[in-house]
Amino acid sequence: MTDSIYREIILDHYKNPHHHGRLDPADVSHEETNPLCGDEIRIDVRINDGLISEIAFDGRGCAVSQASASILTDMVVGRPVTEAIALSREDLLEELGIPVSPARMKCATLGLKTLKLGLTGATSIDDDKL
Amino acid sequence: MTSCRDAFPAPKPAPAPDRPMTTTHVIVEDRPAHVPPGTLGDRIRPDFPILNQLPSPGRPALAFLDTAASSQKPRAVIDALTTYYETTHANIHRGVYQLSEHATAQYEAARATVADFIGAPDPHEVVFTRNTTEGINLVANAWGRRNLRPGDLIILTVMEHHSNLVPWQLVAEETGAELGFVGMLPDGTLDLVSLDALLARAPKLVAFSHVSNALGTIHPAAEITRRAKAAGALVLVDGAQSTPHIPVDVVALGCDFLAFSGHKVLGPTGIGVLWGRREILDGMGPFMGGGSMIRRVELTHSTWADVPARFEAGTPAIAEAIGLGAALTYLKGIGLERVAEHEHQLLEYALDRLADVPGVTVLGPSDPARQAGVVSFTVDGVHPHDVAAILDEGNVAVRAGHHCCQPLLREMDLVATTRASFGPYTVQSEIDALVTGLRRVNAIFNG
Ligand SMILES: Cc1ncc(COP(=O)(O)O)c(C=O)c1O
Repeated sequence: MTDSIYREIILDHYKNPHHHGRLDPADVSHEETNPLCGDEIRIDVRINDGLISEIAFDGRGCAVSQASASILTDMVVGRPVTEAIALSREDLLEELGIPVSPARMKCATLGLKTLKLGLTGATSIDDDKL
Repeated sequence: MTSCRDAFPAPKPAPAPDRPMTTTHVIVEDRPAHVPPGTLGDRIRPDFPILNQLPSPGRPALAFLDTAASSQKPRAVIDALTTYYETTHANIHRGVYQLSEHATAQYEAARATVADFIGAPDPHEVVFTRNTTEGINLVANAWGRRNLRPGDLIILTVMEHHSNLVPWQLVAEETGAELGFVGMLPDGTLDLVSLDALLARAPKLVAFSHVSNALGTIHPAAEITRRAKAAGALVLVDGAQSTPHIPVDVVALGCDFLAFSGHKVLGPTGIGVLWGRREILDGMGPFMGGGSMIRRVELTHSTWADVPARFEAGTPAIAEAIGLGAALTYLKGIGLERVAEHEHQLLEYALDRLADVPGVTVLGPSDPARQAGVVSFTVDGVHPHDVAAILDEGNVAVRAGHHCCQPLLREMDLVATTRASFGPYTVQSEIDALVTGLRRVNAIFNG
């Protein structure tokens, strides 16, 4: 059981999520759900001069989805919007640093998907293009 | 067809050396020859090859607690499939050569086995489908679309699996029929007072699950059916979770339709059953069009074959039907009363052990006599997906999610639960592994 995905990084972010809550008003607000398990994530973003000046997320779901959303907010806050849009699934997984099985991939990338759909205004992104 | 009656209760011979088996679950002890060893689960477990695989290195023995989603298969079923393909396969019906005749005979024998298993008076009343879902869709389309008028009432319950809800939503939308829902009491049983209120509105159909897959509640199916029939409604029973675990007899139930899935009743995937009362099936038009379901075909119109062929368009799942026959013969050889008793003992054991795990809340009937071998629970502060993922790290297989019952969970103000479910081959040590895993969940999240 040494390859547990429930390492400290996940548990820390799950129990004490960064940038947790709501921004009102926000420049971008977007909410997504994972139809498989009903996990929900909402992300609010404030944009200044093309930079993500503030970000907040809120939602309910498993530790993997909530922790990865928290980690994602750390990665993009203060960064250009274009950079956040270009962020790949692999970039996020590297930051997570845990082995994510195919069954949990949708959980791990729910925050990323929410952020990208919010920032681009697209209606959907295929998971393998995240 | 391979007979499997000999698999039970006679003691099994030592496993052949080319089939690696762990002995963890097989109790070997000195005992008088006439007393079979251990529980039902201990005794029949050797019949299930998948449960006797050696786990991959570093992983403990598999604790398979997801039988409600799909059951494992005894060797008798696997052998029936193999033997059929090795000796008998040909397309059935209309073949005038021997192979085809043999295949047809076995397919029809499986139908008779099904009829016998559910107490149906006439094998013609047994329609082979792909699964429960298809059986319900068959009734919704072949009966519902042709017979329902605007304002007609269909009664369902808030506890239904999506497969006994969405087909009726589709039909209601098309015909203008209305849906009414029997409510649920806080203990996960049905509110029969709300049933009576709905029945006063002269419903056309009442459709409900015999056993809830999400909570394990055993509903009083015969009583509900009696009241529904008295109100003049047809009754469809979703038997997906009852037929594998408790005795089900369509005559005793008094219903008009019963649907169930082969894969949940120790049989193959891709095969299911819709049983319907003969006079009702006779009066129904076809579901799908194609080969086998016709009597005479002209360029612009056709006439229909008799039942059940009318509802079995195209080449059916022949091997799977034969495999289902083998599964039901195997289960009947054990006896459904004994299966029910075994699973009930496991349930009581599980409820007892889970009561000791901090933060675990078990949902469903407070009276275990009304509960099948399904335990749905939550763990304080931990999402069911995380619970299931940590259990999996200890090779304990459970299901986490909405169990295809989103309205039911919403009713309980939940989005998901973790569910452990049992079968005839389940043993106590699997529940012990579950409890150990749940303590680990607590240590990781709440430690
Ligand atoms: C109560 C109930 N009804 C219907 C179904 C649907 O069965 P299938 O997916 O085999 O059609 C299930 C399976 O989960 C079930 O538990």
